[in-house]
Amino acid sequence: MSMNGTNTRSASFWIQAWKRLLADPVARICGCILAIYLVVALLSATGLIAKGWNDEVGVSYANPVFAPNEPNPEGDTSLIREDASVTDDETKAIDPLAPKYEEIAKLERTNADKVTVLQRLLPLGGDKTGRDVLAKTIKAGQISIAIGLAASFIAVFIGVVLGAFSGYFGGKVNDALEWVYNVFTSVPYILLVLAFSAVLGKGVGTVILVLGMTGWTGTYRLIRSEYIKHRDRDYVQAANAIGASHLRMMFLHILPNVSHLILIQLSQEVISFIKAEVVLSFLGFGVPVDLISWGIMISDVRSELVIGKWWQLASCATAMSVFVVAFSFFTDSLRDALDPKSSRR
Amino acid sequence: MSESKTNLLVARDLTRHYQVSRGFMKGHATVKALNGVSFELSARRTLAVVGESGCGKSTLARQLTMIEPPTSGQLAIDGVDVASADKGTIRNMRSKVQMVFQNPFASLNPRKQISAMLDEPLKINTTLSKSERDERIRAMIATVGLRPEHSHRYPHMFSGGQRQRIAIARAMILNPKIVVADEPVSALDVSIQAQILNLFMDLQDQYGTGYVFISHNLAVVEHVADDLLVMYLGSAVEYGAKSRIYQRPMHPYTQALMSATPAIHPEDRQIKIKIQGELPSPLNPPSGCAFHKRCPYAVERCAKEVPQLREIDQRKVACHRVEEINT
Repeated sequence: MSMNGTNTRSASFWIQAWKRLLADPVARICGCILAIYLVVALLSATGLIAKGWNDEVGVSYANPVFAPNEPNPEGDTSLIREDASVTDDETKAIDPLAPKYEEIAKLERTNADKVTVLQRLLPLGGDKTGRDVLAKTIKAGQISIAIGLAASFIAVFIGVVLGAFSGYFGGKVNDALEWVYNVFTSVPYILLVLAFSAVLGKGVGTVILVLGMTGWTGTYRLIRSEYIKHRDRDYVQAANAIGASHLRMMFLHILPNVSHLILIQLSQEVISFIKAEVVLSFLGFGVPVDLISWGIMISDVRSELVIGKWWQLASCATAMSVFVVAFSFFTDSLRDALDPKSSRR
Repeated sequence: MSESKTNLLVARDLTRHYQVSRGFMKGHATVKALNGVSFELSARRTLAVVGESGCGKSTLARQLTMIEPPTSGQLAIDGVDVASADKGTIRNMRSKVQMVFQNPFASLNPRKQISAMLDEPLKINTTLSKSERDERIRAMIATVGLRPEHSHRYPHMFSGGQRQRIAIARAMILNPKIVVADEPVSALDVSIQAQILNLFMDLQDQYGTGYVFISHNLAVVEHVADDLLVMYLGSAVEYGAKSRIYQRPMHPYTQALMSATPAIHPEDRQIKIKIQGELPSPLNPPSGCAFHKRCPYAVERCAKEVPQLREIDQRKVACHRVEEINT
């Protein structure tokens, strides 16, 4: 490194870290995969793709193109007969839909020319109600990734603020916050999450809040220990000597020196929150059923697997695993790039 | 000392005790890190504080920079007693005392450019506009011997000496009355040390700053100091004009320190006075004179009675037997 004679501005820490990250092939590959997921999620969020994930586009359990010969109940051996839908006065009495049959018949007549042909083959197959699994996976990915990102922002924000106060001030502030931390961590995680979601009700916003408000503890401990380490460093003492306020020292002097850890923590939390969302939705406390997420898909799959319909599970599990594994490797590389001293082997 | 017009800094019986936990159910112990130290400093003067590690030099620095309040005693900075002052007063006094730290690799925030580092004190403590601040920063960078293009670099691009120049610039940019330098050159190469010391002295001539120079390097102290305060285990053992003490150290501890300094010319070399043992723990200081267990001249009285600083031969010495030793 040249000390003298150059007119260049020295590269900041972030630029150097970015160069180290780009030099790592694992980071490049995983970064590309994550970028693809992100683009697909954005396209899906803007409604350009996977808009019709909730439409019946195929027969029930339409076969995927890569397994066209799996037995299908809507084929020639179907048990569903025309005469099963015959109505009479007796059924009218017990059928809640009976008064609406006329209306349905009218709709049928006006839309008679717009017959949608139900596909027998779909790219990744269909589910019970004939929805396209590919579209479902994309839409579910969009919602799961959004939940993971938003929840980890909330959790890391809470963890950083509380950790900074606890570590920087120590003493009574630390005691109080440690008490809150102990209460939070003494309750089993799933129980805590279920309790929060039972109180707050259902919805995507709730899932984000629940995960964010229960997942801050790890970040809190990490940031607290970093602040304890940094608060007596000479550069903080020097800032104290020039009259900097506590908040200034906490967030303008120390925070930039731990920001790389926050970034790493952020990406680790995204992974764990995507997995937590799956668990929550599977248990019925997550995303409402009129929406879709990877957790809802896995929860739907339970009844399908019994009758041998495996493709929905296969596609959503693959999509999720690839994302989580790529994100994990990327986080690893990110840590190496941002914190080179900690990973010198 | 006596010729000073106005004293920038007056410390009277400054003490600092720390409570330390000895473990579960054992109560607290008191560490007497600073045990009644008195001294004065006036503008354009340099007071050197010397002593081995653990003698309270850095605790003294923490009191002077108002990072910690003293346990008891008086500390008047520019006429204001900060030992008993409220937080608002201390906040206003902060900019009058600045500090230069030992390790320039730890004292500069690695995520800040030099210009931002120098801008911050001005932003917090003055009402100057952006362009006026930039002008001050440019001038200060030139004063400490750095080039203008250095201002947009991060600390990792600089060598130790350059970093210490930056730290000095940061301390001097508010034009403080007092600069406390805690071993400012001990982390630097010997070839760089002299440059940094000369920079300190040039800045003193230019701004009239008073320095408190903490060091254990007696050669460095001889180069920069006007007055000298020798400390042992939280107390002053000898205090006076540097020239006097260097000419004829009187306290046995000062004599031992002086004789431990290596000399280049054989004729300057003295007979080494060996002092036995280790520095005692400030948790459990010896009775009487803190130095008596290691002192070659110790008698029974030294273990019983704490010696007070007495005026002898134009300096102050805390030793019962100083007259007998120095005859």
